[in-house]
Amino acid sequence: MTDEPRAETPVPGRGPESGVGTAAAAGDGPAVGDGPAAARGLGLSRRGLLGLIGAGTAGLVVGAVGGTAAGGSIAAANAAAAGAGTVHPFTGAHQGGITTPVQDHLHFAAFDMEDRATRDDLVSLLQDWSYAASRMTQGLDVSASGAVDGSPVAPPDDSGEALGLPASALTITFGLGPDLFGKDGADRFGIADRRPAVLTALPRFRGDDLDPLASGGELCVQACADDPQVAVHAVRNLTRIAFGRARLRWSQLGFGRTSKTTSAQSTPRNLFGFKDGTANILADDEAALDEHVWVAPSDGPAWMAGGSYLVARRIRQTIETWDRLQLQEQERTIGRDKREGAPLSGGGEFTEPDFAAAGTKGGPAIDARSHVRLAHPDLNDGVRILRRGYNFVDGNDELGRLNAGLFFLSYQRSPEQFVTLQRALSQDLLGEYLRHVGSGVWAVPPGASPGSFVAAPLFA
Amino acid sequence: MTASRTTLLRTAAAVASVGAAALVLAGCVAKADVAASDALTVTSDDSSCDVSTASATSGTLAFDVTNQGSEVTEFYLLADDGLRIVGEVENIAPGASRTLTVVAQPGDYFTLCKPGMVGDGVGRASFSVSGDRVEASGDDAEQKQQAIDLYAAFVKDQVEQLLPAVQQFAADYAAGDDAAAQAAFPRVRAYYERIEPIAESLGDLDPRIDYREVDAVAEGLDWTGFHRIEKDLWVPAQDALNADDETPAWQDWAPSTPAQRQALADGLVADVQELNDYVHSADFQTALDEQGIAGISNGAISLLDEVATGKISGEEDWWSGTDLWDFAANVEGSKMAFSLVRDFAESKGADGEALVSQIDDGYAALEAQLATYGSLQDGFISYGQLTDADRRQLTDLINQLAEPLSRLTGTVLS
Repeated sequence: MTDEPRAETPVPGRGPESGVGTAAAAGDGPAVGDGPAAARGLGLSRRGLLGLIGAGTAGLVVGAVGGTAAGGSIAAANAAAAGAGTVHPFTGAHQGGITTPVQDHLHFAAFDMEDRATRDDLVSLLQDWSYAASRMTQGLDVSASGAVDGSPVAPPDDSGEALGLPASALTITFGLGPDLFGKDGADRFGIADRRPAVLTALPRFRGDDLDPLASGGELCVQACADDPQVAVHAVRNLTRIAFGRARLRWSQLGFGRTSKTTSAQSTPRNLFGFKDGTANILADDEAALDEHVWVAPSDGPAWMAGGSYLVARRIRQTIETWDRLQLQEQERTIGRDKREGAPLSGGGEFTEPDFAAAGTKGGPAIDARSHVRLAHPDLNDGVRILRRGYNFVDGNDELGRLNAGLFFLSYQRSPEQFVTLQRALSQDLLGEYLRHVGSGVWAVPPGASPGSFVAAPLFA
Repeated sequence: MTASRTTLLRTAAAVASVGAAALVLAGCVAKADVAASDALTVTSDDSSCDVSTASATSGTLAFDVTNQGSEVTEFYLLADDGLRIVGEVENIAPGASRTLTVVAQPGDYFTLCKPGMVGDGVGRASFSVSGDRVEASGDDAEQKQQAIDLYAAFVKDQVEQLLPAVQQFAADYAAGDDAAAQAAFPRVRAYYERIEPIAESLGDLDPRIDYREVDAVAEGLDWTGFHRIEKDLWVPAQDALNADDETPAWQDWAPSTPAQRQALADGLVADVQELNDYVHSADFQTALDEQGIAGISNGAISLLDEVATGKISGEEDWWSGTDLWDFAANVEGSKMAFSLVRDFAESKGADGEALVSQIDDGYAALEAQLATYGSLQDGFISYGQLTDADRRQLTDLINQLAEPLSRLTGTVLS
């Protein structure tokens, strides 16, 4: 099942009935998209969604979901990690793409609802997106008729560039931005009274040079996959589904994960050439996830229980300058050695840094303003976040410098955790080589239950 | 009018519902063949178009048109936008009479005659229909043929207006009256832009009439037509760049000499005459018949694609900055084509109704935004005055319309 590919030669009727859905109860269940405005969608067939989801939970790799089954499923995920056919279920207690073993590629997109969009439009969009995501994460086309099985005189529902490609561990994660809950005093979608108290625009930080047109967004989509074409296919088709209801505000491609979420994954390197995410929260650390990542029922509001908050920061790295820095200066700035990622206080990559240890030249072995020290939980009242960032290189700027950097993504129980850590980094030696040019924060609802859609409880 | 078309119209006894429309064309039938509930007389000569009454009650109306002029004439019943043709009878020879029979829904209309079959027409007058809505009947095939015939009539009407407008524009340009030619440029082009896909289907005709310099150079063509004339009328600064943002405007270019102007003017008129001949030919009617209503629907789609790819980037009228005129005319032509197949789409169940509703909303929103920049009647602001935010908003509105519109053909044919 984990190697279930997209049909190389699509045949009429291919879909849940003839494909992965065979493991599930057949029949036309209550469909994801059957909302008041479902008819204005793409004409997607919603037949058999329950079948899809049933198959997902029954037979497919369950990657790193939280909860009691997590330990077992991690093993399963790791066992299958090598296969491009890895499939992560779309439904579950939490949305995919958070603790899921970090895939190799990212396409992230932020959207704004159209000016004339209504509450029904928002609900139908989330329904249609959820349905499409439930299919694409299984390696299927965006609808049953998909790229080539529809009417020859109609544009295909699916753009088709993922035909023949496996699911590639695709996850699609949806978030809701602060402005969705009311902007400029207008409560366009009737959800202002359900805004999480902690969901507000981030404060300004030292080093911010934000482009408002590449920041914020009333909705966001994080598509991660081991094949960049699969991730791009997802965002492209979700954007098309949104036309008339929501418009693309900004988007970002990322490559080369800069963190890991399972102990089986090696620690990757960022564009500074250093290992990143050594101390990240891992998917099997349930206690840490519950304490730092998942919104607890007691946190409120009820519809966010099991969800999380996503912060995205587009961080431009002035890598040309960095590359001219002496090795020992680079290491002092980070607080770790470049070869192993070991703290400068000694040991290996996973040795805890000892900030009291003395260096060879007097002073501490780990500089007081080094990145590893300022970001460390011990200096931040134990605050931790789950990082999931990617490198990016968007060509070059007009001065001939690589337009490169880190697309930082972190999940936390409250955005306040990010604020605490980012403020602590105001004196970071690394700050000289960084410029934050994009920013956003979103509430990421819990996973959809089978037959429902992401954020359904928000509108109940 | 071709023989086949005459036969067709004479035998078309059915009624076709036309868009949201208002009127249903029953065809141009011999007077004896119809039992009209309400007979109206129309007297057309070379300068007037007198209708016996300016109002009527909804139901079947018959306009008996008598041509007292010296040229072949046509009679049109237009919708309240003054553009959409809801009924027409053509090829009325001097001294002859023909009848237009329509099933009229309540609403406001215009009547006009077009002696000589080209130009704006004469005797344009308001016409109102009161009373209750009338249910349309008639079989599907006949309704579709009526839609095709109305689209053919629309295209012919636009080209008929284009021809004399181009003749005047070309004469002013050749004579060096640049002010008059500049003022006419975007207005003349509107007739062309409403039916652009028709011209584009004709091999090298559109390249001769409407190619931009950068495209003509890229394809090694002799650069002629509207945009060559445009550059003479809006002479670029010495340091200006062409639409590719790279080639100097004056590279391999110089203002046309009087003799060159005359040649370009004559060429444009000849090309538009060729277009006019084509849309009045049996070949054109045959092509439309073969495409069926899908051809109309595809016309609506491709006109909006023109906007999405060409006009929104401001690269069409690079020197004059009159892109918004072309933009608005493309949208009008697209909406006209859509209106003819609208009922077929709407009849396809809930999905069809929802699609039509989305498309209606899309046109309305796009038109409302365009109206903030001007109108084809009163003129538009220069394209260069649009901000990035304006262009982004227009792009969003085009996307909102183009996405459902792209599914129109499939729905109509389903």
